[in-house]
Amino acid sequence: MAGSTLEIKNLHVSIEDKEILKGVDLTINGGEFHAVMGPNGTGKSTLASAIMGHPKYEITEGSVLLDGEDVLEMEVDERARAGLFLAMQYPSEISGVTTSDFLRSSINARREEGDEIPLMKFIKEMDEALDYLEIDKNMAQRYLNEGFSGGEKKRNEILQLMLLKPEIAILDEIDSGLDIDALKVVSKGINKLRDENFGCLIITHYQRLLNYITPDKVHVMMQGRVVKSGGPELAQRLEAEGYDWIKEELGIEDETVEQNA
Amino acid sequence: MTVDTKLPYDQSYIKQFSQERNEPAWMKDLRLQALEQVDTLELPKPDKTNISKWNFTRFKHAATGDKISSLTDLPADIQDFFDKENLPENLLIQRNQSVAYASVSKKLQDQGVIFTDIFTALQEHEELVKRYYMKDAVSIDEHRLTALHAALMNGGIFVYVPKNVQVDEPLQVVFWQEDPDVALFNHVLVVADENSSLTYVENYISNNEKEETVANIVTEVIAQNNAQISFGAVDNFAAGTTSYVNRRGVAYRDATIDWALGQMNDGNTVFENITHLIGDNSTSNAKAVTVGRGKQNTNMTAKIVHFGKNSEGHILQHGVMKDSASNVFNGIGKIEHGASKSNAEQESRVLMLSEKARGDANPILLIDEDDVTAGHAASVGRVDPLQLYYLMSRGITQLEAERLVIHGFLAPVVNQLPIDSVKEQLTQVIERKVN
Repeated sequence: MAGSTLEIKNLHVSIEDKEILKGVDLTINGGEFHAVMGPNGTGKSTLASAIMGHPKYEITEGSVLLDGEDVLEMEVDERARAGLFLAMQYPSEISGVTTSDFLRSSINARREEGDEIPLMKFIKEMDEALDYLEIDKNMAQRYLNEGFSGGEKKRNEILQLMLLKPEIAILDEIDSGLDIDALKVVSKGINKLRDENFGCLIITHYQRLLNYITPDKVHVMMQGRVVKSGGPELAQRLEAEGYDWIKEELGIEDETVEQNA
Repeated sequence: MTVDTKLPYDQSYIKQFSQERNEPAWMKDLRLQALEQVDTLELPKPDKTNISKWNFTRFKHAATGDKISSLTDLPADIQDFFDKENLPENLLIQRNQSVAYASVSKKLQDQGVIFTDIFTALQEHEELVKRYYMKDAVSIDEHRLTALHAALMNGGIFVYVPKNVQVDEPLQVVFWQEDPDVALFNHVLVVADENSSLTYVENYISNNEKEETVANIVTEVIAQNNAQISFGAVDNFAAGTTSYVNRRGVAYRDATIDWALGQMNDGNTVFENITHLIGDNSTSNAKAVTVGRGKQNTNMTAKIVHFGKNSEGHILQHGVMKDSASNVFNGIGKIEHGASKSNAEQESRVLMLSEKARGDANPILLIDEDDVTAGHAASVGRVDPLQLYYLMSRGITQLEAERLVIHGFLAPVVNQLPIDSVKEQLTQVIERKVN
């Protein structure tokens, strides 16, 4: 087996003392594309943020291991350098820092001091990725995410993904707010990375994205847990029939994490 | 403890000082009149900062500096101000109160551009200096510090661009306070005549960490009808210097004055930048950044007063405070009656890097006309943890992430400085101050 392995075991996560994740188990191997689906409010984005180390989320139980290393013990930047990447649903705007400078700093953060990426090589790689994602080259000189449209922010996240080449990427609702053309471009970028060394966890609300990126495995989250897993056919059935049949099958009335108290 | 505010320099000293420089009689009289007013006028009262115990009167007044034969004779930190590979054509270096180096391109000389030290200007362009010196912009009797300045003026620059002349290459000045005890009463007078344009950039530097002294600086910038002035500055006085820095602009019809000011002093500083938009369609963009550290106290006022119709004023002030430094930003947009269709915008933000740092941002809009637009934004806070999270999620360390956010926050002024070497030098100063 090539690539890295991300193991999520019995993960419990709280935000402001409210438990959102109630024991999530998932294993993603290099070469595999997993989709996590589910209605709103079931804990999908919490899973993504908790793995990356978002400051507002508290892990109360369980573990996350990357190739056996304890991810939860690492600082956010260490997680990234260990090979994790999160394409965020709501990326921050950083005034005064150009997208290009930020990308170069990010790439160099993975390299040894004195072995920084040569400027021309960086520009060439960035320009290729910008072209591939059909992004206006001006974006590189604009301040990071400042004044970007929703679609530009999503493309920028995928631009970073393509240039940083992580072992395991988590894409948090990368499809939300995209029109069909933008969705195709973003999918093209993600598919380009598909190889035996690259693992991907795609969090989505809609089956639509999975028409362009075929997952190897599909998981459904409800009430802060993975309640059902299957192959790509599971996503198709969800698209056709919605989530109600799963709720019936499992005797769930309210799928969100709010209900539980 | 009582603070002795009696000035150690009297009438006969000033007479002699003026005489030694062979100043015109009106200048000597102006100095003496100002001296008389020093004791009757109060110190200025910047909002929310008490400066009554600051040292404005203990200093040594006069010191000369040797000429240099080559720019490479300068200390490395002075050489950083210009591009050594491609030396600026128009450069003046003032060392203490003497001109150490001066160069003006032949083209500018042929065009009648004046770019010289204030004492030479008083000899060679007396009428022009007299026409503008402390007349339309700053008055002698505004308060004790302006009067002190006028009485003791001991250095400075005069720039004059004649009608219809466009100066493409920037004019650059370095004010180097080599003597750690000497005070700088510097007067910069920049006049752009009708339909002319210029870019001017100045740096102040001193190294007196311990020795106490004073900088009392008045800068008057006059843009006649349809003149365009871009004014950049980086002030970098060491911790021992108490600074009063007053930069004042007057813009007539269709004129523009843009300021990019980096206030990087390490000592207590009162910093004011006021622009009067006198003419219709006049414009000013007043941008300033500061970094405070140690125990320093700074008070920065940016003010744009609209007299002309359809005048545009934009203020931006960003400050980073660390250690137990404290900074007050006053942003004032004032629209006078009759200045219809004018627009007064301002933004003041303070970023605090430590528990003990203090920041204050006071947005003030004073509007005496109905048909105008105005807006303000102000904030005081810490580095946004979500911004750090985002940057760190790409592998950037926390230290580097903070660095990026801080430099980004100060970028509006850094990026606007028109000389790359000065931009680079300011970036280095910021780096030194925040780390």
